[in-house]
Amino acid sequence: MANVTLRNVRKTYTGGFEAIKGVNVDVADGQFCVLVGPSGCGKSTLLRMVAGLETVTGGEIDIGGRVVNQIEPADRDIAMVFQNYALYPHMSVYNNMAYGLRNRGMAEAEIKTRVEEAARVLELSAMLERKPRQLSGGQRQRVAMGRAIVRQPKVFLFDEPLSNLDAKLRIAMRVEIRKLQRRLNTTSIYVTHDQLEAMTLADVLVVMNGGQVEQVGNPLAIYEKPATTFVASFIGAPPMNLMSTRPEEIKSQLGGAAGEAGIVGIRPEDFAITDQTPAGGVALPLTVEAIERVGAETFVYGSREQEDQRVAATPGELPPGEVIVRIPGTEAPAIGQKIRVAAVRAKLHLFSGDGRKRIEA
Amino acid sequence: MVEDEGIRRYVAHFILWIGIAIVAFPVYIAIIASTQDNALIANGQMSLLPGGHFFEVYYQTIFVGTSGSTREPVGNMMLNSLVMALAIAIGKIAISIISAYAIVYFRFPFRMSIFWIIFITLMLPVEVRIYPTYKIVADLHMLDSYAGLSLPLIASATATLLFRQFFMTVPDELLEASRIDGAGPLRFFWDTLLPLSRTNMAALFVILFILGWNQYLWPLLITTRDDMQTIQVGIRKMITTTDALTEWPIVMATAVLAMLPPVFVVVAMQKLFVRGLVETEK
Amino acid sequence: MQKQAIFQSKLLPYALVAPQLAIVLIFFYWPALQAVIQSFLLQDAFGLSTSFVWFDNYVELFKDPAYFAAIVRTFFFSFAIAVSSLSFALLLAVMADKPLRGSMLYRTLLIWPYAVAPPVVGVLWIFMLHPSLGVISRYLRAAGIDWNPLLDGNQAAGLIILAAAWKQISYNFLFFLAGLQAIPKSVFEAAAIDGARPMRRFWTVTFPLLSPTIFFLLVVNIVYAFFDTFGIIDTMTRGGPGTSTVTLVYKVYSDGLLGGNLGSSAAQSVILMIMVIVLTGVQFRFVERKVTY
Repeated sequence: MANVTLRNVRKTYTGGFEAIKGVNVDVADGQFCVLVGPSGCGKSTLLRMVAGLETVTGGEIDIGGRVVNQIEPADRDIAMVFQNYALYPHMSVYNNMAYGLRNRGMAEAEIKTRVEEAARVLELSAMLERKPRQLSGGQRQRVAMGRAIVRQPKVFLFDEPLSNLDAKLRIAMRVEIRKLQRRLNTTSIYVTHDQLEAMTLADVLVVMNGGQVEQVGNPLAIYEKPATTFVASFIGAPPMNLMSTRPEEIKSQLGGAAGEAGIVGIRPEDFAITDQTPAGGVALPLTVEAIERVGAETFVYGSREQEDQRVAATPGELPPGEVIVRIPGTEAPAIGQKIRVAAVRAKLHLFSGDGRKRIEA
Repeated sequence: MVEDEGIRRYVAHFILWIGIAIVAFPVYIAIIASTQDNALIANGQMSLLPGGHFFEVYYQTIFVGTSGSTREPVGNMMLNSLVMALAIAIGKIAISIISAYAIVYFRFPFRMSIFWIIFITLMLPVEVRIYPTYKIVADLHMLDSYAGLSLPLIASATATLLFRQFFMTVPDELLEASRIDGAGPLRFFWDTLLPLSRTNMAALFVILFILGWNQYLWPLLITTRDDMQTIQVGIRKMITTTDALTEWPIVMATAVLAMLPPVFVVVAMQKLFVRGLVETEK
Repeated sequence: MQKQAIFQSKLLPYALVAPQLAIVLIFFYWPALQAVIQSFLLQDAFGLSTSFVWFDNYVELFKDPAYFAAIVRTFFFSFAIAVSSLSFALLLAVMADKPLRGSMLYRTLLIWPYAVAPPVVGVLWIFMLHPSLGVISRYLRAAGIDWNPLLDGNQAAGLIILAAAWKQISYNFLFFLAGLQAIPKSVFEAAAIDGARPMRRFWTVTFPLLSPTIFFLLVVNIVYAFFDTFGIIDTMTRGGPGTSTVTLVYKVYSDGLLGGNLGSSAAQSVILMIMVIVLTGVQFRFVERKVTY
């Protein structure tokens, strides 16, 4: 059992490229920490630095009170589940799990007990003698998990372990992983680019972008109060509507309350189709461009008459001038119809003009 | 497709059988000749059907040899060829796989220089440097030895390149998982990389064995003693310039025996052979 | 070129490359260097003194009509062997690529001659076409041909080309078949729907798509004809009659065997080296594949 602390961790490659620009994260003992961000944000690099597969060029990584910067991966007391599972193709399931234990000189009887216990938990008992190529994707994934479990490490590291599975299996395994981690109560760090996976798994969510941490915290707290426009548009699907406060139409509605805010964000579900204008809130006239009816809810894509000059800056963000509204599945305006949507004051997210700072009004 | 039906298909079968006949005919003649009486052959009276001397010809070939100047049993020549072919195949695979491992999985000063030093040998077969190589081997007192027969033929880059190429396709995560599982460089090589390379090694072995068995010019030069002759050299010495003395049934039996092991390997291990051939040419 | 995931070790990698490096340096670079040095030296008849003569050995070689003839002959042999073997192998491969019953059997029956060694090839063919006892020679004589390759240089050359091409059929067949099988069948189907008849389809679709394989095989066959024909020539004609089947490699061998001019023999080796390097370079440049040795 251990906590993991990253203190001002940096990674600069020999070419001068700075992959990690000073990251501070604290994962308490037994917590499930998820690193999430778009591809290239440095989340995998950071995880591999914790594993000892990448050298640390600045700062400290501390596992269970011991600085591990210079320690070999094998001696860090961690286990890792890789995206492609990295199972040894020529070894049976049993040997895949036993290999790391044998290398440590553990007695065969003890190895047997541990492997069989892990196989039982993961429902692999019937296939211990099979080779990885004889297993389905989900089974391979479980063997990779088993290989981590038998080690009984201080920390589990997961590098996008579910991204090679189909959608249905991914959801099932997601639940399994969470249950397993709860039961073993082992500190875990999990990397994913899927914000839904991140939200559902994390005790602590770390949103990364461009080699830096954008925000750390409880997933719901982050959803409720994103610290930057990047977090606002990355967490939550469909993404938050972000609009410039400059056009007269919005500025006048916000009044003085907006203060120095340059950007206002409203989540699709916080809009309602209404003719009223809530005090201090925002109301917009829209032309319905497209409708997606998915049953329980309906997404309305509307365009604003007044062109928004803000340039889309972050992945997942909407093109300027487009607004998504989420309404109950029973309602549906017609395409081309002119509607009016509004959000109350309490549901507005205000950010500085560069999107780097949240403003609490 | 529809047009592959009917008459066209018979034409294809016909052409293929003609090809097979052309390819097989010389060997058929050799097998027939190896069962016949030398006097009959020398008169140009050879029959195109098997004769009755099969056992005596092959017995004499394998255990006695020709009655002429080089009385060397072909059995012994085959043994020499076998040792040489195995030494070349195994030696090449062994030194190549470890050097490829070093070049792919380590970063060290002069890595690229060493790679190029090995790589360039790809371009020059032993034939073009034959006498200087002969001199080195003579200076090292390796004439008429298995080491002299095989070592200069081990010096080549094909296998190194093949293994390098294969190692590049092995996912990095496998090494990372091994490191986390506490395996060092030698253990990773032995426990993971070597077992994964089994098919490649087997395919390469098949090709190298055939190439080794079929070596001719080099053994011709460096073997002076009859008991160190390989079968390819031996067969040439059996053909005397004065035709009358050539014992054709024994020559043909030797030819059949010289073909037997490599042809068997090609037919029995066809999959590995094709794979090895295509891989080494890539 | 190299992995991202690597091991750290100072000495181990050197220990791992050492055996190969040692063998390559001793049996490859050292002799090659010797050949280059030797080619600039002239030894007197008794081997008592040597002097540095710059390019004299090379100049002598190119002034020697026998050497020039050997170059021309080698190239002629190479092209004749390559073209005849390639065209026959291509015909067989196109037939074997059709969905025929027993196509695996055909493949097996056509590829095994790859394993027959050049000197054995020589023995097989000289036996069949031997002037006095060859089984085919009988029919040639009956047809009124004055067949005696042991005396007639042109016939000897033809015999060498025939035997060498025969051996190479299986290799070419195998690569042509692989090349054909790599072409998606839908391309042929599209061409058929576009109204191309089989012969036209071969020349307008199959042949162009196969051209990388053809070029690759052309180079491999030429290199093969340069070197591997040695065993065939040595068992069949020993360069004769006269010098009518002496190729460059055979000349290096026979000149050296006579023990005469070491400098000239070395110069011949160096010229051969340059030729192979050029051929290999061409192959790398245009096909991005390499020769096997």
